[in-house]
Amino acid sequence: MKSTTASQAAPTDLATTGTARVRKEPRPDGRGPRRGIRRQLPTSPWLFAAPGLAIVGIFILYPFLSTLNNAFTDKRTLIEGDYVGFANFQELWHDEMFWIGLRNSTLYVLGVVPALVILPLLLAMLVQKHIPGITFFRSAFYTPVVASIVVVGLIWVWMLDERGLVNALLEAVGVGKAGFLSDQWLLLLSAMTVTVWKGLGYYMIIYLAALANVPRELHEAAAVDGAGAVRRFFSVTVPAVRSTMVLVAALSSVAAFKVFSEVYLMAGPTGGPAGEDTTLVMLVQRVGTGLTGRVGYASAISVVVFVVTVALMLLVLRADRKEDA
Amino acid sequence: MPVWEIVLRYLLLIAVLALMIGPFLWQLSTALKGPHENIFSSPPKFLPSDPTLHNFERVADTIPVWDYALNSLKVAAANVVTNCVGAALAGYALARLRYRGRKAATIVFILAMLVPVEGIIIAQFTTMRELGLNNTLIGVLLPGCVSALNVLLMRNAFLNVPYEIEEAAFVDGANVWQRFLRIALPAVKGTLAVVAIFAFMGAWDDFLWPLIVLSDPDRFTLTIGLNYLHGTFANDERLVAAGTVIAVLPLIILFACLQRYFFRGVGEGAVKG
Repeated sequence: MKSTTASQAAPTDLATTGTARVRKEPRPDGRGPRRGIRRQLPTSPWLFAAPGLAIVGIFILYPFLSTLNNAFTDKRTLIEGDYVGFANFQELWHDEMFWIGLRNSTLYVLGVVPALVILPLLLAMLVQKHIPGITFFRSAFYTPVVASIVVVGLIWVWMLDERGLVNALLEAVGVGKAGFLSDQWLLLLSAMTVTVWKGLGYYMIIYLAALANVPRELHEAAAVDGAGAVRRFFSVTVPAVRSTMVLVAALSSVAAFKVFSEVYLMAGPTGGPAGEDTTLVMLVQRVGTGLTGRVGYASAISVVVFVVTVALMLLVLRADRKEDA
Repeated sequence: MPVWEIVLRYLLLIAVLALMIGPFLWQLSTALKGPHENIFSSPPKFLPSDPTLHNFERVADTIPVWDYALNSLKVAAANVVTNCVGAALAGYALARLRYRGRKAATIVFILAMLVPVEGIIIAQFTTMRELGLNNTLIGVLLPGCVSALNVLLMRNAFLNVPYEIEEAAFVDGANVWQRFLRIALPAVKGTLAVVAIFAFMGAWDDFLWPLIVLSDPDRFTLTIGLNYLHGTFANDERLVAAGTVIAVLPLIILFACLQRYFFRGVGEGAVKG
Protein backbone atom coordinates (compact mmCIF):
# COMPACT_ATOMS: atom_id res chain seq x y z
CA MET A 1 0.00 0.00 0.00
CA LYS A 2 1.36 3.32 -0.99
CA SER A 3 0.70 6.43 0.96
CA THR A 4 0.97 9.19 -1.53
CA THR A 5 -1.88 11.36 -0.38
CA ALA A 6 -3.04 12.56 2.95
CA SER A 7 -5.97 10.22 2.70
CA GLN A 8 -3.90 7.22 1.93
CA ALA A 9 -1.50 8.01 4.63
CA ALA A 10 -4.51 7.34 6.75
CA PRO A 11 -4.51 3.56 6.88
CA THR A 12 -0.78 3.64 7.11
CA ASP A 13 -0.83 5.89 10.07
CA LEU A 14 -3.52 4.04 11.89
CA ALA A 15 -1.33 1.05 12.31
CA THR A 16 1.41 3.18 13.76
CA THR A 17 -1.05 3.93 16.47
CA GLY A 18 -0.56 0.42 17.52
CA THR A 19 3.17 0.56 17.65
CA ALA A 20 3.31 4.06 19.04
CA ARG A 21 1.12 3.32 22.00
CA VAL A 22 2.78 2.57 25.26
CA ARG A 23 2.26 -1.00 26.33
CA LYS A 24 0.34 -1.09 29.54
CA GLU A 25 0.89 -4.73 30.40
CA PRO A 26 4.25 -6.45 30.47
CA ARG A 27 4.88 -8.55 27.39
CA PRO A 28 3.67 -12.10 27.89
CA ASP A 29 6.44 -14.56 28.37
CA GLY A 30 8.03 -16.23 25.40
CA ARG A 31 7.13 -13.77 22.69
CA GLY A 32 10.49 -13.54 21.05
CA PRO A 33 12.52 -16.33 19.59
CA ARG A 34 14.23 -18.36 22.28
CA ARG A 35 16.88 -20.98 22.07
CA GLY A 36 14.38 -23.64 20.90
CA ILE A 37 13.82 -23.13 17.20
CA ARG A 38 17.10 -22.47 15.58
CA ARG A 39 18.00 -25.26 13.31
CA GLN A 40 16.49 -24.04 10.09
CA LEU A 41 18.69 -23.78 7.03
CA PRO A 42 20.81 -20.67 7.33
CA THR A 43 19.42 -19.15 4.13
CA SER A 44 15.72 -19.62 4.75
CA PRO A 45 15.08 -16.63 7.07
CA TRP A 46 16.44 -14.41 4.34
CA LEU A 47 14.16 -16.05 1.80
CA PHE A 48 11.24 -14.97 3.98
CA ALA A 49 12.42 -11.40 4.30
CA ALA A 50 13.87 -11.00 0.79
CA PRO A 51 10.82 -9.89 -1.22
CA GLY A 52 9.91 -7.23 1.31
CA LEU A 53 13.48 -6.04 1.72
CA ALA A 54 13.99 -5.86 -2.05
CA ILE A 55 10.87 -3.79 -2.73
CA VAL A 56 11.44 -1.43 0.17
CA GLY A 57 15.13 -1.11 -0.65
CA ILE A 58 14.72 -0.46 -4.38
CA PHE A 59 11.59 1.69 -4.35
CA ILE A 60 11.72 3.53 -1.01
CA LEU A 61 15.20 3.70 0.49
CA TYR A 62 17.20 4.00 -2.75
CA PRO A 63 14.93 6.80 -4.10
CA PHE A 64 15.20 8.51 -0.73
CA LEU A 65 18.98 8.49 -0.86
CA SER A 66 19.05 9.54 -4.49
CA THR A 67 16.67 12.42 -3.69
CA LEU A 68 19.18 13.64 -1.10
CA ASN A 69 21.94 13.23 -3.68
CA ASN A 70 20.04 14.80 -6.60
CA ALA A 71 19.25 17.89 -4.57
CA PHE A 72 22.88 18.90 -5.06
CA THR A 73 22.91 18.36 -8.83
CA ASP A 74 21.38 20.04 -11.87
CA LYS A 75 19.98 16.72 -13.06
CA ARG A 76 17.10 16.89 -15.54
CA THR A 77 14.71 14.28 -16.86
CA LEU A 78 16.99 12.90 -19.56
CA ILE A 79 20.27 14.53 -18.53
CA GLU A 80 22.49 13.16 -15.77
CA GLY A 81 23.72 16.56 -14.58
CA ASP A 82 26.64 17.68 -12.41
CA TYR A 83 27.09 18.51 -8.79
CA VAL A 84 26.30 22.14 -8.18
CA GLY A 85 26.67 22.36 -4.42
CA PHE A 86 24.01 24.46 -2.75
CA ALA A 87 22.98 26.25 -5.94
CA ASN A 88 19.50 24.71 -5.93
CA PHE A 89 18.89 25.88 -2.39
CA GLN A 90 20.16 29.36 -3.19
CA GLU A 91 17.76 29.46 -6.10
CA LEU A 92 14.92 28.31 -3.84
CA TRP A 93 15.63 31.24 -1.56
CA HIS A 94 14.92 33.64 -4.42
CA ASP A 95 12.08 31.63 -5.99
CA GLU A 96 8.77 33.32 -5.32
CA MET A 97 6.86 30.13 -6.16
CA PHE A 98 8.75 28.22 -3.47
CA TRP A 99 7.72 30.74 -0.81
CA ILE A 100 4.12 30.59 -1.99
CA GLY A 101 4.23 26.79 -1.71
CA LEU A 102 5.82 26.92 1.73
CA ARG A 103 3.25 29.49 2.88
CA ASN A 104 0.29 27.44 1.63
CA SER A 105 1.56 24.15 3.06
CA THR A 106 2.16 25.85 6.41
CA LEU A 107 -1.27 27.52 6.38
CA TYR A 108 -2.72 24.10 5.63
CA VAL A 109 -1.20 22.67 8.80
CA LEU A 110 -2.41 25.62 10.89
CA GLY A 111 -5.92 25.37 9.47
CA VAL A 112 -6.45 21.64 9.37
CA VAL A 113 -4.73 20.28 12.48
CA PRO A 114 -6.79 21.99 15.23
CA ALA A 115 -10.00 20.91 13.49
CA LEU A 116 -8.78 17.33 13.11
CA VAL A 117 -7.69 17.11 16.74
CA ILE A 118 -10.98 18.38 18.18
CA LEU A 119 -13.87 17.51 15.83
CA PRO A 120 -13.21 13.74 15.54
CA LEU A 121 -13.04 13.53 19.35
CA LEU A 122 -16.51 15.08 19.64
CA LEU A 123 -17.70 12.76 16.89
CA ALA A 124 -16.24 9.73 18.67
CA MET A 125 -18.09 10.72 21.87
CA LEU A 126 -21.27 10.99 19.84
CA VAL A 127 -21.00 7.48 18.39
CA GLN A 128 -19.45 5.88 21.47
CA LYS A 129 -22.66 4.87 23.28
CA HIS A 130 -24.20 1.63 22.08
CA ILE A 131 -27.63 2.79 21.03
CA PRO A 132 -29.74 1.17 18.28
CA GLY A 133 -28.38 1.84 14.80
CA ILE A 134 -25.04 3.16 15.99
CA THR A 135 -22.99 0.79 13.79
CA PHE A 136 -24.79 2.22 10.78
CA PHE A 137 -23.84 5.77 11.77
CA ARG A 138 -20.23 4.76 12.43
CA SER A 139 -19.83 3.18 8.99
CA ALA A 140 -21.64 6.06 7.32
CA PHE A 141 -19.31 8.59 8.94
CA TYR A 142 -16.38 6.51 7.71
CA THR A 143 -17.54 6.52 4.08
CA PRO A 144 -15.58 9.66 3.05
CA VAL A 145 -12.40 7.95 4.28
CA VAL A 146 -13.08 4.98 2.03
CA ALA A 147 -13.90 7.07 -1.03
CA SER A 148 -10.99 7.92 -3.26
CA ILE A 149 -9.57 11.41 -2.93
CA VAL A 150 -10.22 12.03 -6.62
CA VAL A 151 -13.90 11.23 -6.19
CA VAL A 152 -14.09 13.36 -3.06
CA GLY A 153 -12.29 16.22 -4.79
CA LEU A 154 -14.59 16.14 -7.81
CA ILE A 155 -17.72 15.90 -5.65
CA TRP A 156 -16.70 19.05 -3.81
CA VAL A 157 -15.67 20.85 -6.98
CA TRP A 158 -19.24 20.34 -8.12
CA MET A 159 -20.73 21.27 -4.73
CA LEU A 160 -18.66 24.46 -4.48
CA ASP A 161 -18.97 25.47 -8.12
CA GLU A 162 -20.18 28.95 -8.95
CA ARG A 163 -23.57 27.39 -9.79
CA GLY A 164 -23.20 24.43 -7.41
CA LEU A 165 -25.23 23.22 -4.46
CA VAL A 166 -23.55 25.28 -1.74
CA ASN A 167 -23.96 28.53 -3.62
CA ALA A 168 -27.52 27.65 -4.54
CA LEU A 169 -28.31 27.06 -0.87
CA LEU A 170 -26.52 30.24 0.17
CA GLU A 171 -28.53 32.15 -2.37
CA ALA A 172 -31.77 30.54 -1.28
CA VAL A 173 -31.23 31.81 2.28
CA GLY A 174 -30.25 35.21 0.95
CA VAL A 175 -26.55 35.26 1.73
CA GLY A 176 -25.44 35.46 -1.89
CA LYS A 177 -22.80 33.59 -3.85
CA ALA A 178 -19.16 33.15 -2.94
CA GLY A 179 -16.28 32.30 -5.26
CA PHE A 180 -15.16 29.18 -3.40
CA LEU A 181 -13.08 27.98 -6.34
CA SER A 182 -11.98 31.30 -7.80
CA ASP A 183 -10.86 33.35 -4.83
CA GLN A 184 -7.32 32.55 -3.74
CA TRP A 185 -8.02 32.36 -0.01
CA LEU A 186 -11.51 30.88 -0.19
CA LEU A 187 -10.09 28.17 -2.42
CA LEU A 188 -7.44 27.22 0.12
CA LEU A 189 -10.06 27.29 2.88
CA SER A 190 -12.39 25.10 0.79
CA ALA A 191 -9.61 22.57 0.22
CA MET A 192 -8.92 22.51 3.97
CA THR A 193 -12.60 21.90 4.65
CA VAL A 194 -12.52 18.95 2.26
CA THR A 195 -9.42 17.53 3.97
CA VAL A 196 -11.12 17.81 7.35
CA TRP A 197 -14.37 16.34 6.01
CA LYS A 198 -12.51 13.36 4.55
CA GLY A 199 -10.35 12.83 7.65
CA LEU A 200 -13.07 13.05 10.33
CA GLY A 201 -14.08 9.39 10.19
CA TYR A 202 -10.54 8.13 10.24
CA TYR A 203 -9.49 10.01 13.36
CA MET A 204 -12.88 9.25 14.91
CA ILE A 205 -11.95 5.56 14.91
CA ILE A 206 -8.61 6.27 16.59
CA TYR A 207 -10.41 8.27 19.29
CA LEU A 208 -13.04 5.54 19.70
CA ALA A 209 -10.30 3.05 20.53
CA ALA A 210 -8.85 5.50 23.06
CA LEU A 211 -12.23 6.30 24.63
CA ALA A 212 -12.89 2.60 25.11
CA ASN A 213 -9.95 2.56 27.52
CA VAL A 214 -11.27 5.37 29.75
CA PRO A 215 -12.61 3.75 32.94
CA ARG A 216 -16.33 4.38 33.41
CA GLU A 217 -15.78 4.86 37.11
CA LEU A 218 -13.96 8.13 36.49
CA HIS A 219 -17.01 9.61 34.80
CA GLU A 220 -19.33 8.24 37.45
CA ALA A 221 -17.20 9.58 40.27
CA ALA A 222 -17.04 13.00 38.65
CA ALA A 223 -20.81 12.95 38.10
CA VAL A 224 -21.36 12.09 41.79
CA ASP A 225 -19.15 15.03 42.68
CA GLY A 226 -21.56 17.21 40.73
CA ALA A 227 -19.48 17.84 37.60
CA GLY A 228 -21.63 18.67 34.56
CA ALA A 229 -21.07 17.28 31.07
CA VAL A 230 -18.76 20.10 30.00
CA ARG A 231 -16.73 19.89 33.20
CA ARG A 232 -16.44 16.10 32.86
CA PHE A 233 -15.27 16.51 29.28
CA PHE A 234 -12.39 18.75 30.30
CA SER A 235 -11.43 17.08 33.58
CA VAL A 236 -11.95 13.40 32.71
CA THR A 237 -12.14 12.78 28.94
CA VAL A 238 -9.49 15.18 27.69
CA PRO A 239 -6.76 14.12 30.14
CA ALA A 240 -7.54 10.46 29.43
CA VAL A 241 -7.17 10.81 25.65
CA ARG A 242 -4.41 13.41 25.72
CA SER A 243 -1.74 11.10 24.32
CA THR A 244 -4.11 10.17 21.48
CA MET A 245 -4.67 13.86 20.78
CA VAL A 246 -0.90 14.32 20.47
CA LEU A 247 -0.73 11.37 18.11
CA VAL A 248 -3.56 12.77 15.98
CA ALA A 249 -1.83 16.16 15.93
CA ALA A 250 1.42 14.56 14.77
CA LEU A 251 -0.20 12.41 12.08
CA SER A 252 -2.48 15.13 10.75
CA SER A 253 0.17 17.85 10.70
CA VAL A 254 2.60 15.71 8.72
CA ALA A 255 -0.17 14.72 6.29
CA ALA A 256 -1.40 18.32 5.98
CA PHE A 257 2.01 19.68 5.17
CA LYS A 258 2.34 17.21 2.30
CA VAL A 259 -1.11 17.98 0.86
CA PHE A 260 -1.38 17.47 -2.87
CA SER A 261 -4.56 15.92 -4.25
CA GLU A 262 -7.26 18.15 -2.72
CA VAL A 263 -5.64 21.38 -3.87
CA TYR A 264 -4.56 19.91 -7.22
CA LEU A 265 -8.12 18.81 -8.00
CA MET A 266 -9.87 21.94 -6.76
CA ALA A 267 -7.40 24.56 -7.94
CA GLY A 268 -6.22 22.77 -11.06
CA PRO A 269 -2.68 21.63 -11.98
CA THR A 270 -1.38 25.19 -12.00
CA GLY A 271 -2.58 25.92 -8.48
CA GLY A 272 -5.42 28.40 -8.79
CA PRO A 273 -5.27 32.06 -9.80
CA ALA A 274 -1.65 32.89 -10.73
CA GLY A 275 -0.52 29.72 -8.96
CA GLU A 276 -1.23 31.38 -5.61
CA ASP A 277 -2.68 28.14 -4.20
CA THR A 278 0.27 25.91 -5.08
CA THR A 279 1.52 23.69 -2.25
CA LEU A 280 5.05 22.36 -1.90
CA VAL A 281 4.28 18.84 -3.12
CA MET A 282 2.37 20.29 -6.09
CA LEU A 283 5.49 22.28 -6.88
CA VAL A 284 7.64 19.13 -6.68
CA GLN A 285 5.29 17.39 -9.10
CA ARG A 286 5.14 20.34 -11.49
CA VAL A 287 8.86 21.13 -11.50
CA GLY A 288 10.20 17.58 -11.50
CA THR A 289 8.12 15.79 -14.13
CA GLY A 290 7.80 16.01 -17.89
CA LEU A 291 10.49 15.98 -20.52
CA THR A 292 12.08 19.15 -19.19
CA GLY A 293 11.64 18.17 -15.57
CA ARG A 294 14.25 19.71 -13.28
CA VAL A 295 14.91 16.63 -11.15
CA GLY A 296 17.67 18.30 -9.13
CA TYR A 297 15.62 21.36 -8.26
CA ALA A 298 12.52 19.30 -7.43
CA SER A 299 14.69 17.15 -5.17
CA ALA A 300 15.86 20.25 -3.32
CA ILE A 301 12.21 21.15 -2.64
CA SER A 302 11.64 17.53 -1.50
CA VAL A 303 14.50 17.90 0.97
CA VAL A 304 12.73 20.93 2.44
CA VAL A 305 9.57 18.80 2.73
CA PHE A 306 11.53 16.08 4.60
CA VAL A 307 13.12 18.55 6.96
CA VAL A 308 9.86 20.31 7.80
CA THR A 309 7.92 17.07 8.36
CA VAL A 310 10.60 15.71 10.68
CA ALA A 311 10.65 19.07 12.50
CA LEU A 312 6.84 19.01 12.83
CA MET A 313 6.97 15.52 14.35
CA LEU A 314 9.65 16.54 16.85
CA LEU A 315 7.78 19.74 17.71
CA VAL A 316 4.53 17.92 18.48
CA LEU A 317 6.27 15.19 20.48
CA ARG A 318 8.26 17.77 22.43
CA ALA A 319 5.14 19.71 23.30
CA ASP A 320 3.77 16.44 24.63
CA ARG A 321 6.78 15.78 26.85
CA LYS A 322 6.79 19.31 28.24
CA GLU A 323 3.26 18.94 29.48
CA ASP A 324 4.21 15.70 31.15
CA ALA A 325 7.00 17.32 33.14
CA MET B 1 -30.06 7.92 29.59
CA PRO B 2 -32.87 10.44 29.89
CA VAL B 3 -35.19 10.74 26.90
CA TRP B 4 -34.09 14.27 25.96
CA GLU B 5 -30.49 13.06 25.70
CA ILE B 6 -31.42 10.19 23.41
CA VAL B 7 -33.41 12.55 21.20
CA LEU B 8 -30.54 15.04 21.14
CA ARG B 9 -28.06 12.29 20.24
CA TYR B 10 -30.12 11.08 17.32
CA LEU B 11 -30.69 14.63 16.09
CA LEU B 12 -26.95 15.25 16.13
CA LEU B 13 -26.25 11.89 14.49
CA ILE B 14 -28.68 12.65 11.70
CA ALA B 15 -27.22 16.13 11.19
CA VAL B 16 -23.71 14.70 10.86
CA LEU B 17 -25.05 11.94 8.63
CA ALA B 18 -26.48 14.53 6.24
CA LEU B 19 -23.11 16.26 6.18
CA MET B 20 -21.09 13.09 5.52
CA ILE B 21 -23.42 11.26 3.11
CA GLY B 22 -25.23 14.21 1.55
CA PRO B 23 -22.46 15.11 -0.93
CA PHE B 24 -22.40 11.52 -2.24
CA LEU B 25 -26.17 11.51 -2.69
CA TRP B 26 -26.07 14.87 -4.44
CA GLN B 27 -23.46 13.46 -6.82
CA LEU B 28 -25.62 10.39 -7.47
CA SER B 29 -28.62 12.60 -8.07
CA THR B 30 -26.67 14.72 -10.58
CA ALA B 31 -25.53 11.58 -12.38
CA LEU B 32 -29.13 10.41 -12.73
CA LYS B 33 -30.51 13.68 -14.06
CA GLY B 34 -31.42 13.68 -17.74
CA PRO B 35 -30.11 16.04 -20.42
CA HIS B 36 -33.21 18.26 -20.35
CA GLU B 37 -33.31 18.65 -16.62
CA ASN B 38 -31.87 21.85 -15.16
CA ILE B 39 -29.07 20.77 -12.80
CA PHE B 40 -28.44 24.37 -11.75
CA SER B 41 -31.95 25.07 -10.54
CA SER B 42 -32.41 27.38 -7.59
CA PRO B 43 -33.53 26.27 -5.10
CA PRO B 44 -31.68 23.00 -5.91
CA LYS B 45 -33.73 19.91 -6.64
CA PHE B 46 -32.47 16.78 -4.91
CA LEU B 47 -34.58 14.18 -6.70
CA PRO B 48 -34.21 13.81 -10.45
CA SER B 49 -37.64 14.33 -11.99
CA ASP B 50 -36.92 11.86 -14.76
CA PRO B 51 -34.10 9.54 -13.60
CA THR B 52 -32.00 7.99 -16.37
CA LEU B 53 -28.89 5.83 -16.74
CA HIS B 54 -28.02 7.60 -19.96
CA ASN B 55 -25.09 9.51 -18.42
CA PHE B 56 -23.32 6.28 -17.55
CA GLU B 57 -23.44 5.18 -21.18
CA ARG B 58 -22.15 8.57 -22.22
CA VAL B 59 -19.13 8.29 -19.90
CA ALA B 60 -18.26 4.99 -21.53
CA ASP B 61 -18.52 6.63 -24.96
CA THR B 62 -16.29 9.51 -23.89
CA ILE B 63 -13.50 7.69 -22.09
CA PRO B 64 -12.87 3.92 -21.90
CA VAL B 65 -14.12 3.95 -18.33
CA TRP B 66 -14.54 0.16 -18.07
CA ASP B 67 -10.96 -0.37 -19.26
CA TYR B 68 -9.79 2.11 -16.64
CA ALA B 69 -11.82 0.30 -14.00
CA LEU B 70 -10.27 -2.98 -15.11
CA ASN B 71 -6.79 -1.45 -14.87
CA SER B 72 -7.55 -0.24 -11.35
CA LEU B 73 -8.94 -3.63 -10.45
CA LYS B 74 -5.82 -5.41 -11.75
CA VAL B 75 -3.50 -3.16 -9.78
CA ALA B 76 -5.62 -3.35 -6.64
CA ALA B 77 -5.97 -7.15 -6.76
CA ALA B 78 -2.25 -7.60 -7.39
CA ASN B 79 -1.52 -5.20 -4.54
CA VAL B 80 -3.63 -7.31 -2.19
CA VAL B 81 -1.80 -10.51 -3.13
CA THR B 82 1.72 -9.07 -3.02
CA ASN B 83 1.13 -7.24 0.25
CA CYS B 84 -0.43 -10.22 1.99
CA VAL B 85 2.25 -12.65 0.84
CA GLY B 86 5.24 -10.33 1.12
CA ALA B 87 4.26 -8.79 4.43
CA ALA B 88 3.36 -12.13 6.00
CA LEU B 89 6.68 -13.69 4.95
CA ALA B 90 8.78 -10.74 6.07
CA GLY B 91 6.74 -10.20 9.22
CA TYR B 92 7.27 -13.84 10.16
CA ALA B 93 10.99 -13.55 9.54
CA LEU B 94 11.17 -10.49 11.79
CA ALA B 95 9.05 -11.92 14.57
CA ARG B 96 9.88 -15.59 14.67
CA LEU B 97 13.09 -16.55 12.94
CA ARG B 98 16.51 -16.17 14.37
CA TYR B 99 19.45 -15.17 12.23
CA ARG B 100 22.23 -12.66 12.02
CA GLY B 101 20.96 -9.32 10.78
CA ARG B 102 17.41 -9.63 12.05
CA LYS B 103 17.67 -6.35 13.94
CA ALA B 104 19.12 -4.66 10.86
CA ALA B 105 16.24 -5.96 8.73
CA THR B 106 13.72 -4.61 11.25
CA ILE B 107 15.40 -1.21 11.19
CA VAL B 108 15.29 -1.15 7.38
CA PHE B 109 11.51 -1.56 7.47
CA ILE B 110 11.08 1.05 10.20
CA LEU B 111 13.18 3.55 8.26
CA ALA B 112 11.24 2.82 5.08
CA MET B 113 7.99 3.47 6.91
CA LEU B 114 9.22 6.91 7.98
CA VAL B 115 10.17 8.07 4.48
CA PRO B 116 7.48 10.45 3.19
CA VAL B 117 6.44 9.06 -0.19
CA GLU B 118 5.46 12.51 -1.48
CA GLY B 119 9.08 13.58 -1.25
CA ILE B 120 10.59 10.71 -3.20
CA ILE B 121 8.18 10.40 -6.13
CA ILE B 122 10.54 12.10 -8.57
CA ALA B 123 13.35 9.70 -7.67
CA GLN B 124 10.92 6.77 -7.78
CA PHE B 125 9.97 7.92 -11.25
CA THR B 126 13.64 8.06 -12.30
CA THR B 127 14.24 4.59 -10.84
CA MET B 128 11.23 3.28 -12.69
CA ARG B 129 12.50 4.75 -15.94
CA GLU B 130 15.89 3.10 -15.44
CA LEU B 131 14.05 -0.20 -15.07
CA GLY B 132 12.07 0.53 -18.24
CA LEU B 133 8.76 0.21 -16.43
CA ASN B 134 7.39 3.69 -16.89
CA ASN B 135 3.91 3.91 -18.26
CA THR B 136 3.07 0.33 -17.28
CA LEU B 137 0.70 -1.05 -14.68
CA ILE B 138 3.61 -3.00 -13.18
CA GLY B 139 5.26 0.37 -12.60
CA VAL B 140 2.14 1.60 -10.82
CA LEU B 141 2.09 -1.50 -8.64
CA LEU B 142 5.73 -2.07 -7.70
CA PRO B 143 6.66 0.69 -5.20
CA GLY B 144 3.82 -0.18 -2.85
CA CYS B 145 3.55 -3.89 -3.49
CA VAL B 146 5.06 -4.81 -0.12
CA SER B 147 4.65 -1.85 2.19
CA ALA B 148 6.93 -1.53 5.18
CA LEU B 149 3.99 -0.64 7.36
CA ASN B 150 2.20 -3.89 6.51
CA VAL B 151 5.37 -5.84 7.27
CA LEU B 152 5.52 -4.27 10.72
CA LEU B 153 1.79 -4.88 11.25
CA MET B 154 2.27 -8.56 10.45
CA ARG B 155 5.35 -8.70 12.66
CA ASN B 156 3.31 -7.42 15.61
CA ALA B 157 0.56 -9.92 14.88
CA PHE B 158 3.02 -12.84 14.79
CA LEU B 159 4.60 -11.64 18.04
CA ASN B 160 1.21 -12.02 19.72
CA VAL B 161 0.86 -15.70 18.78
CA PRO B 162 1.90 -17.90 21.72
CA TYR B 163 5.31 -19.31 21.02
CA GLU B 164 4.67 -22.67 22.67
CA ILE B 165 2.40 -23.91 19.86
CA GLU B 166 5.14 -23.51 17.31
CA GLU B 167 7.65 -25.07 19.63
CA ALA B 168 5.46 -28.14 19.91
CA ALA B 169 5.21 -28.37 16.12
CA PHE B 170 8.99 -28.05 15.92
CA VAL B 171 9.40 -30.95 18.31
CA ASP B 172 7.04 -32.94 16.10
CA GLY B 173 9.41 -32.33 13.21
CA ALA B 174 7.64 -29.57 11.30
CA ASN B 175 10.04 -27.49 9.25
CA VAL B 176 9.94 -23.72 9.08
CA TRP B 177 7.61 -23.51 6.04
CA GLN B 178 5.18 -25.96 7.58
CA ARG B 179 5.15 -24.03 10.84
CA PHE B 180 4.60 -20.80 8.95
CA LEU B 181 1.77 -22.07 6.75
CA ARG B 182 -0.04 -24.40 9.11
CA ILE B 183 0.33 -22.72 12.48
CA ALA B 184 1.44 -19.09 12.39
CA LEU B 185 -0.55 -17.88 9.39
CA PRO B 186 -4.00 -19.14 10.48
CA ALA B 187 -3.44 -17.44 13.84
CA VAL B 188 -3.10 -13.97 12.30
CA LYS B 189 -6.02 -14.07 9.87
CA GLY B 190 -7.59 -10.90 11.33
CA THR B 191 -4.53 -8.75 10.70
CA LEU B 192 -4.13 -10.30 7.26
CA ALA B 193 -7.69 -9.22 6.44
CA VAL B 194 -6.95 -5.65 7.51
CA VAL B 195 -3.80 -5.64 5.38
CA ALA B 196 -5.82 -6.92 2.42
CA ILE B 197 -8.53 -4.26 2.78
CA PHE B 198 -6.02 -1.44 3.17
CA ALA B 199 -4.01 -2.73 0.22
CA PHE B 200 -7.08 -2.80 -1.99
CA MET B 201 -8.31 0.65 -1.01
CA GLY B 202 -4.83 2.14 -1.16
CA ALA B 203 -4.25 0.94 -4.71
CA TRP B 204 -7.78 1.68 -5.93
CA ASP B 205 -7.66 5.23 -4.54
CA ASP B 206 -4.07 6.16 -5.32
CA PHE B 207 -3.70 9.33 -7.35
CA LEU B 208 -0.32 11.08 -7.22
CA TRP B 209 1.88 8.11 -8.18
CA PRO B 210 -0.20 6.85 -11.14
CA LEU B 211 -0.51 10.47 -12.26
CA ILE B 212 3.26 10.66 -12.47
CA VAL B 213 4.08 7.22 -13.82
CA LEU B 214 1.32 6.84 -16.43
CA SER B 215 1.40 9.03 -19.52
CA ASP B 216 -0.50 6.97 -22.08
CA PRO B 217 -4.30 7.45 -21.77
CA ASP B 218 -4.80 3.81 -22.79
CA ARG B 219 -3.24 2.62 -19.58
CA PHE B 220 -4.86 5.02 -17.12
CA THR B 221 -6.31 3.79 -13.88
CA LEU B 222 -9.75 5.00 -12.85
CA THR B 223 -8.59 7.89 -10.66
CA ILE B 224 -6.36 9.30 -13.40
CA GLY B 225 -9.07 8.71 -15.97
CA LEU B 226 -11.55 10.67 -13.84
CA ASN B 227 -9.14 13.55 -13.50
CA TYR B 228 -8.76 13.49 -17.28
CA LEU B 229 -12.54 13.41 -17.73
CA HIS B 230 -12.90 16.34 -15.35
CA GLY B 231 -10.21 18.31 -17.16
CA THR B 232 -11.64 17.66 -20.62
CA PHE B 233 -15.35 17.76 -19.96
CA ALA B 234 -15.51 20.11 -17.00
CA ASN B 235 -18.64 21.72 -18.41
CA ASP B 236 -20.74 18.60 -18.28
CA GLU B 237 -21.29 17.91 -14.63
CA ARG B 238 -23.64 15.00 -15.30
CA LEU B 239 -20.84 13.17 -17.06
CA VAL B 240 -18.22 13.76 -14.38
CA ALA B 241 -20.76 12.81 -11.71
CA ALA B 242 -21.53 9.53 -13.47
CA GLY B 243 -17.80 8.81 -13.66
CA THR B 244 -17.28 9.38 -9.94
CA VAL B 245 -20.25 7.17 -9.11
CA ILE B 246 -18.69 4.34 -11.15
CA ALA B 247 -15.43 4.81 -9.24
CA VAL B 248 -16.84 5.00 -5.74
CA LEU B 249 -19.71 2.53 -5.81
CA PRO B 250 -17.60 -0.69 -5.77
CA LEU B 251 -15.65 0.61 -2.81
CA ILE B 252 -18.72 1.60 -0.82
CA ILE B 253 -20.28 -1.81 -1.47
CA LEU B 254 -17.04 -3.60 -0.53
CA PHE B 255 -16.78 -1.54 2.62
CA ALA B 256 -20.43 -2.06 3.56
CA CYS B 257 -19.96 -5.83 3.28
CA LEU B 258 -16.71 -5.92 5.22
CA GLN B 259 -17.26 -3.11 7.72
CA ARG B 260 -17.85 -5.47 10.65
CA TYR B 261 -14.47 -7.19 10.19
CA PHE B 262 -12.92 -3.91 9.31
CA PHE B 263 -13.83 -2.06 12.50
CA ARG B 264 -13.02 -5.08 14.62
CA GLY B 265 -9.62 -5.51 13.01
CA VAL B 266 -8.77 -1.82 13.15
CA GLY B 267 -9.96 -1.61 16.73
CA GLU B 268 -7.83 -4.57 17.75
CA GLY B 269 -4.82 -3.18 15.95
CA ALA B 270 -5.16 0.21 17.59
CA VAL B 271 -5.69 -1.11 21.08
CA LYS B 272 -3.23 -3.96 21.16
CA GLY B 273 -0.32 -2.69 19.15
